[in-house]
Amino acid sequence: MMKHYDAVIIGGGSAGLAAAVTLKQNGLENIIVLEKDGEAGGILQQCIHNGFGLQTFNEQLSGPAYAERFIRRAEELNVPVLCNTMVTHMHADRTIEYVNPEEGYQTVTADVIILAVGCYERSRGAVEIPGDRPAGVYTAGQAQRYLNIDGYMVGRRVFILGSGDIGLIMARRMTLEGAKVYGVAELMPYSNGLPRNIKQCLEDFDIPLYLSHTVTHIYGRDRLEGIDVSAVDENLKPIPGSEVHYDVDTLLLSIGLIPENHLADEAGIRMNPRTRGPVVDENYMTSVPGIFACGNGLHVHDLVDFVTLESSRAAEGALRWLKKPQNESAVITLQAGEGVSYIVPGHVHADMAQPCELFFRVTAQFDTAEVLLKKDGEVIRRAVRRKLMPSVMERLKLNPADLPADGNGLTVEVRERNAK
Amino acid sequence: MTTKELICVNCPMGCRVKVEMEGQTILSVSGYTCPRGKEYAEQECVRPMRILTSTVRILNGEHRVLPVITNADIPLDLMTEAMDVIRGITVEAPVEADQVLVHDLLHTGADVIASRSMRRAGH
Ligand SMILES: Cc1cc2nc3c(=O)[nH]c(=O)nc-3n(C[C@H](O)[C@H](O)[C@H](O)COP(=O)(O)OP(=O)(O)OC[C@H]3O[C@@H](n4cnc5c(N)ncnc54)[C@H](O)[C@@H]3O)c2cc1C
Ligand code: SF4
Repeated sequence: MMKHYDAVIIGGGSAGLAAAVTLKQNGLENIIVLEKDGEAGGILQQCIHNGFGLQTFNEQLSGPAYAERFIRRAEELNVPVLCNTMVTHMHADRTIEYVNPEEGYQTVTADVIILAVGCYERSRGAVEIPGDRPAGVYTAGQAQRYLNIDGYMVGRRVFILGSGDIGLIMARRMTLEGAKVYGVAELMPYSNGLPRNIKQCLEDFDIPLYLSHTVTHIYGRDRLEGIDVSAVDENLKPIPGSEVHYDVDTLLLSIGLIPENHLADEAGIRMNPRTRGPVVDENYMTSVPGIFACGNGLHVHDLVDFVTLESSRAAEGALRWLKKPQNESAVITLQAGEGVSYIVPGHVHADMAQPCELFFRVTAQFDTAEVLLKKDGEVIRRAVRRKLMPSVMERLKLNPADLPADGNGLTVEVRERNAK
Repeated sequence: MTTKELICVNCPMGCRVKVEMEGQTILSVSGYTCPRGKEYAEQECVRPMRILTSTVRILNGEHRVLPVITNADIPLDLMTEAMDVIRGITVEAPVEADQVLVHDLLHTGADVIASRSMRRAGH
């Protein structure tokens, strides 16, 4: 007979562990976490740098240390985590197919599924760089895993394309390990990494950051031998004649993270084209009843504390849904207006009982911004925030009292305060 | 009077901390969200200090290397020497999280400790 669970959590990273712990603490007994890796912890295991958990533990932990705390917590609560277990398929009727060395292929069913599958990195296919396809071009996360888990350096003379955080962190890490990092080129006129990482990973080590620059050619047949870096104009087109050549053996790509979404796609879950993750409601439920999503598999986070918080809320949402699966109340959509690239959740229900925290990102840099919550074009709340940038996730509290009685949508807009 | 705007590196919030100075004397610090930001900004104006993280070789472990971290800030200008010490270390599994691997690194008062526990391979 097929095994049945109250809840199956797919992914044993910080999101999956936090969700599982919350479910268990609230008395849901028959649950399991399925993790494809050999150990739980997810991406944190390779993020050996510090800066995790200040909000949760009031301590500056490394990624592995933060992961270990949650793994211990899950162990103490007897949450079963099945490692080396890859979920191959997930269906809208909440059956899951997985495979592992002990049990082979298995199909199980669940009342609730929590998708906590993390994200993947955009790779070279996502950027068109003319030239050869030699060895020596890696995503920054691949290089991070090789160095921090397997213990070897991918190269000695390094250039980094994209100012994402993993790239910045790898610039420092490889410099400390004796590599020469020539610079970081960012296509946009602003950095995609957190300000703290620009400071402590680049400026501390005098590594230049070239904004509005990109790699325009790759040289080398078997192994990377060099690259050309060019400035780009305001339409992001390379400016001829601006090329500078670097003799490097390694090019790291740090050009963005995307929620791991193929399981959700397969189950027919509605996706948000901006986040590239599922659209969820205030309970973190996707468009398929009983399937919830959280963590980097929902939208890419820069703070693990928010992942933990969000995932525990998703678990609470799942518990509420289990008690009351039917919700006939009106759906209020949350629109990303001017200056906002996305909002999570994508909609809430009119009968929402408690405040809901909205996570959003802005489309550009703002010095002093006004964050506006609008109903039918009319401003119903206004908040002033300093120094907003696309790399930093913002939050806004939505109160039940903010919800329009007529069920019309709400819009969040961000604009520079002093403009017009 | 001079004003410096620093980015606190202690956590991903990256608060912008403003320091007003008269010569070498700090007059005021503002813009931090938690006390660490204030401490950071004051120290940054004297001698920048950072946490160092790296890996060391581990024998018979689940992985080939073990992540390590200093349990206190060390001077940024000592990073190269500190890495030379860390590169010279080999430990043997099992290791417990927070186990001290180097005591009083370069007389900074900080220890190098294991970031995580690691079992022996196959256990
Ligand atoms: C490089 C990097 C640096 C960061 N630095 C910081 C920092 O300094 N401070 C901070 O607070 N936050 C930081 N973050 C953010 C935060 O740590 C992460 O966002 C968070 O850990 C993500 O957790 P997650 O559980 O959503 O994803 P993950 O940790 O990626 O976990 C997802 C898990 O799901 C598993 N999985 C995926 N698909 C399947 C499947 N089909 N079957 C079974 N298992 C599956 C994966 O193996 C993985 O273990 C960083 C993030 C990254 C990527
Ligand atoms: S001041 Fe506090 S909250 Fe702000 S970045 Fe520093 S440690 Fe983080």
